[in-house]
Amino acid sequence: MMQTALLMLGVGVFAGIAGSILGIGGGMIITPILTLGMGLNIKYAIGASIIAVIATSSGATIAYLRDNVLNLRVAMFLEIATTIGAIVGALLTGVLNPKYLYLLFGCLLVFSGWNMVRKLRRGQEVLQRVEPDKIAAKLKLNGSYYDKAEMKDVDYQVENIPAGFSVMFGAGVASGLLGIGSGAFKVMAMDTFMKMPLKPSSSTSNLMMGVTAAASATVYFFNGAILPSIAVPMALGILGGAVIGSRIMQVLPAKWIRIVFIPVILYIGLQMLFKGLGVHF
Amino acid sequence: MADKQTATSKEMLQVESVIGRILQVGVIFSAIVMAIGLGLFLVTGQSGYPGTVVPRQMGLILQGTWQLKPYAIMMLGVYCLILTPVLRVIVSIYAFYKERDHLYVAITTLVLFILMVALFIGVHG
Repeated sequence: MMQTALLMLGVGVFAGIAGSILGIGGGMIITPILTLGMGLNIKYAIGASIIAVIATSSGATIAYLRDNVLNLRVAMFLEIATTIGAIVGALLTGVLNPKYLYLLFGCLLVFSGWNMVRKLRRGQEVLQRVEPDKIAAKLKLNGSYYDKAEMKDVDYQVENIPAGFSVMFGAGVASGLLGIGSGAFKVMAMDTFMKMPLKPSSSTSNLMMGVTAAASATVYFFNGAILPSIAVPMALGILGGAVIGSRIMQVLPAKWIRIVFIPVILYIGLQMLFKGLGVHF
Repeated sequence: MADKQTATSKEMLQVESVIGRILQVGVIFSAIVMAIGLGLFLVTGQSGYPGTVVPRQMGLILQGTWQLKPYAIMMLGVYCLILTPVLRVIVSIYAFYKERDHLYVAITTLVLFILMVALFIGVHG
């Protein structure tokens, strides 16, 4: 019992660090460890991973807020799309064939990964537009953050709001319909489509994931998918890990984060494409 | 326009630090509750319930917490953790209101409303 608790605490610290740096929930890391590594029933693994997402989000945001990296307006504005999407996705269960969604999102993620490789090659992280975006200005979405790696304030502008909003809606549908955490999509919507710098994208994604996950977590909580002996030590580990991870993230050069992010996003993208094509491995 | 923008970002910093403090308290509170439950569970070796039973009705959890049953305290802590993002949305509405940003009061209230609908569908669906 003590062993399980210590193991889960350790797994949690690792998942919290990784999840908070990349802006993806811990689910991608937690689920395989619990199902493949520990032979836990998938129902409990999903329950644990949704708690993991909230713990990553809450742990990361308490560290981020002090440093003002995240963009609260972008988060709340886009959260409209994500939460409505999640409801639509939940209602569409059994109506829409998930196959097409897997294909669509697999393609989007691979595209986004490729786009990130291009950004990396160009070696330029923050793009300043000469012509400010009208919608972004109206919604006050442009922001700035202090980059600890570059030791300076970075002002940035966002653009393509309708495209970002649509991808966020899709991310919500995907999480409602497919039951997957959609951190990778959220980062993609902000970084690839709205041209927001990677660090604010990642921390804003972390905040949003917590809010979206809270809705579904209540369902899992009351239908008995939460196993306290697993979920509690894991959540405690993640809270600690996420605080550490977000500190690390702030001093890491955005380029390095992108280098870690690219294989992760390509991996998730290809996995979804294969699922959509009916190939299992 | 330029002046208005700097004022907005300055206010925003203030808003975010207030939200950060409240959220910190919420998260740390839920962590302490979970840690107490886990500590009791590991020290006594008992979940407080027969076999693999996990309390999941709010009434049972609160009753069990009062009786210091480890699983009940752990579940209470998890539930508090689940509520922290909801707390953040609520506090954000207040913060935008203090900032007199009516547009974002409306946007954030809408998010809270959608969240409530999602919770309702989730519980009854």
